[in-house]
Amino acid sequence: MRGVRRWGPGLLLVSPSIILIAVFVYGLIGWNLRVSTSDWREANRTNGFVGLDVYKELRTDERWSLDLRHLFLFTIAFVVGTLVFGWLLALLLDKGVKGEGFFRSIYLFPMAVSFIASGIVWRWLMNPAPGDRASGLNVVFDKLGVGFLSNQWWQHPEWGALALALPAVWALSGYVMALFLAGFRGVPEELREAARMDGASEWRVYRHVVFPFLRPVTLAALIIIGHISIKVFDLIVAIGGKQIVTEVPAIYMWVLIYDARDYAKGAAIATLLLVGISILIIPYLVYTVRQERRT
Amino acid sequence: MARNEKRRLPRLSRGTVFRGALLAVASVLLVVPAASYGGKKGVEKTSATSQLQVFSWWTGGGEAHGLEKLIAIWNKQHPGTPFKNETVAGGAGTNAKAVLAQRLAAKKPPDSFQGHAGAELLDYVKAGQVEPIDFIYKKYGFAKIMPKGLISQITYKGHIYSVPVNIHRANVLWYNPAVLKKAGITKVPTKWPEFITALGKAKTAGVIPLSLGEQWTQKHLLETVMIATIGPARWATLWKTGNGWNTPGVTLALNRYKTLLTYTNSDAASLTWQDASKLVADGKAAFNIMGDWADGYYRIDLKKKPKTGYGWAATPGTGGIYDWLSDSFTLPKGAPHRAAAVLWLGFLGSRRAQDTFNPVKGSIPARQDANPKLYDTYLKWALSQWKTNKLAGSLTHGVVASNAWNTDVDTALGLFLQNKDVAKFQTSLVNAANKNT
Amino acid sequence: MSTTTAAPPAVAPIQGRSRRRRIARATPLKYAVLIGFAIIVLTPVYVLLVTSFKTIDEIDPAHAWSLPQTLTFDAWRQAWTQLSPSMQNSFKLAIPATILSCVLGSMNGFVLSKWRFPGADLIFTFFLFGMFIPYQAVMIPLSLLLDDIHFPAGIPRLIFAHVVYGIPITALIFRNYYSTIPDDLMEAARMDRAGMLRTYWSVILPLSAPAFVVAAIWQFTSIWNDFLFAVFLITDPAKWPVTVALNNTAGSLVTPFNLQMSAALLASLPTLIVYILLGRFFMRGLMAGALKG
Repeated sequence: MRGVRRWGPGLLLVSPSIILIAVFVYGLIGWNLRVSTSDWREANRTNGFVGLDVYKELRTDERWSLDLRHLFLFTIAFVVGTLVFGWLLALLLDKGVKGEGFFRSIYLFPMAVSFIASGIVWRWLMNPAPGDRASGLNVVFDKLGVGFLSNQWWQHPEWGALALALPAVWALSGYVMALFLAGFRGVPEELREAARMDGASEWRVYRHVVFPFLRPVTLAALIIIGHISIKVFDLIVAIGGKQIVTEVPAIYMWVLIYDARDYAKGAAIATLLLVGISILIIPYLVYTVRQERRT
Repeated sequence: MARNEKRRLPRLSRGTVFRGALLAVASVLLVVPAASYGGKKGVEKTSATSQLQVFSWWTGGGEAHGLEKLIAIWNKQHPGTPFKNETVAGGAGTNAKAVLAQRLAAKKPPDSFQGHAGAELLDYVKAGQVEPIDFIYKKYGFAKIMPKGLISQITYKGHIYSVPVNIHRANVLWYNPAVLKKAGITKVPTKWPEFITALGKAKTAGVIPLSLGEQWTQKHLLETVMIATIGPARWATLWKTGNGWNTPGVTLALNRYKTLLTYTNSDAASLTWQDASKLVADGKAAFNIMGDWADGYYRIDLKKKPKTGYGWAATPGTGGIYDWLSDSFTLPKGAPHRAAAVLWLGFLGSRRAQDTFNPVKGSIPARQDANPKLYDTYLKWALSQWKTNKLAGSLTHGVVASNAWNTDVDTALGLFLQNKDVAKFQTSLVNAANKNT
Repeated sequence: MSTTTAAPPAVAPIQGRSRRRRIARATPLKYAVLIGFAIIVLTPVYVLLVTSFKTIDEIDPAHAWSLPQTLTFDAWRQAWTQLSPSMQNSFKLAIPATILSCVLGSMNGFVLSKWRFPGADLIFTFFLFGMFIPYQAVMIPLSLLLDDIHFPAGIPRLIFAHVVYGIPITALIFRNYYSTIPDDLMEAARMDRAGMLRTYWSVILPLSAPAFVVAAIWQFTSIWNDFLFAVFLITDPAKWPVTVALNNTAGSLVTPFNLQMSAALLASLPTLIVYILLGRFFMRGLMAGALKG
């Protein structure tokens, strides 16, 4: 069986999804692009074409720059945090412990709790009130004798956005752990056995046999976390409301579209977010394609 | 292996079980809902019988309670047109407004929707999504019983677009009498210099002089300072014409605001408005400036007694000025049950409706013929003030500025809170005014 | 060609003979660390719980840690009243949508990794890229589009949206997973002149449990917790899922924090149960392993 008769059915099976994505994702991306290059800046829709004017406006928009900075810091802390903790927890659980299911469920639970409520709790935990009004985590640090850890959290003028990642890491580490755990356990036991036979210590087994297998899992986790980060909205609004001190691009986009009715500018932000994320996934795609070609 | 030999692929019993289960569950869950949804035509069916779909963000507390009372009266008076209560929460309707935008875009408006009276409705007016309701005002004589200042401030190009159900006051100074006593503040400040002195005394006494919450409450504070400094007439001009932002009066107001911020708690951005009010109730702060919905919070939720557990006055410099805002309802174009909607709006402006809703909600009627006996201690005071005070429309709550303008002010304020640069702030405000007028 | 020697995926079946996983004796240190993490992870949950039993005059940032002075179940009672009507809608939404989405993802993943066609990688990229569009920006045109094609309103619309927007991530999960299935299995099926669907049914599907679990956990959680699509695509309040009801517990001026917390905990229980159930399947699926190579 060669040719179309071989791969035809496959294409057919996937074609409904292709059509759906084409219409409901790319169609809308196209609509969005069109709006971002139009003069639709208020409630009444207008369709004049203005090219990249709105994008140019964003370049000198101080609020936008602030949002980008917040997003950058948030993303770094979020990605590093979830990957590190997810990996660590998976490592601890890999060999199997008694009560693994119990621990796994606990670590996964934060993802189940709506940000609407956990956002409020994190706002309290990260309260920066000083002195005898100290509360939240600051007061716990004091009581535990690590008072130097007390800080202004997300109200810190320069690095505050890093603190915003903490609730996000709390919520998503469990899922990254699940991904890594499956990745660890996907490594054929024979390979590990073989390495042990050769006299490798357990740590070297991990380092030279298991970890190399983890690259795709890591990249997949990176993609998933990265895409959440770029679009993050609910979590930040739940913690910091709609204040500029915690604002990220997705919130500014919402405000522009639904409050200010500046549809073109909102659409421009959406497009920029989309462009921004491609920078993240292109390495992954290049990598996978290369993998396929190699074998 | 001969080609024609049928050879079974190795099977795992576990795998079979898994697939079987998946297939069974999938088929049940697909067939059953599909069967129940079959027969429905494309769009949601609108009932053949009449009903009244009203969209608001009153999902909790006194507001939901008051709305329920109104619904009860409506349903009794109009049994054939039952009330359909459609609410979406989200502080001051932020989520609700987005959902509403979608419904209006899809040309599926409710029969009536909530909006702050004033410039906030302009987006809908400009998009042609609401009808002018001058005829309702004429029919029920609302213009005669609501203050002239109010009517003129919600009229655009000669037309009115909503019926105000309630009035809230934004320029209220709340304080803790015990804390004031402890700090040696003998008189509630009514002018700026007294205010600064009092704040200083509070600071010395070791309490937060002026408690503050997240960004929108800081905008709320700003507007009271501006109104106090430049007065209601010039305040109105700023917004109606866009002129006057580049004046020394505004510079003074912004500088005063900057000074005021130095007397506030550093964790303001982490507090909601009610957290800030609670600081006063708990004796940790001396003063707080917030709208009069705080009264309900102090009295009902925190169980404090008016005048002894907490006190109020007009914010310093705004004695005799009512910084007002109002929840109101509109008549969307293409309302599915227009006749019912018109009756609803007429009902909302009636004395019965307003005196039923407002005591529970914690606000006062827009009408001036309220029965004071129905109202609580604070509200009685508010009612008397409403009769005589000069009116200044609120910025934060959508009276004087459109949503777009408000967003620009937010940007200017948000950046100011980071860099505390008054000159830059003023320039941004000037630009915002030019952009939006 | 096989990618067995290359690195595997998001999830992978165990190959090889040793079925018994050694439950290594965990050192006390390991347990200490695990328990330590568990405590840290559960700290916010403690605050949620504790707040849900307080009255509103006890709730402010300064008292986040304190136990309630007057224990009250009011918030829980109210949460149940406000949320239970819409719970049903959530189940009617999340279960079909998750299953549909996972099945679709499985088929897509299979084709994109094992039964490839020219341009399969491009299509995969095509899917993946679409995952990144910020949905808030396109909610209005999306709902208008669904109106234009007269898609049945209410929950079906929401199921449809979640299935469509779940295509990229389920394809990612399944494609990665399937790419580790040794091609010998595919060869064997081909020897038996098994067509695509039979290969899928007999070879691939039995091995798919772990991938289904990972995909289902993700999809169920995001569909159950979704607020944006629910509030924009469903206009009839009677059909709103539990997340909208949860959002509405915010009240409009005074926020009843105790109610929000109890409601959030209530709304999270079904998802937690899903994790626990799927989790066991997950481990068993991995333990059972694959065919003998």
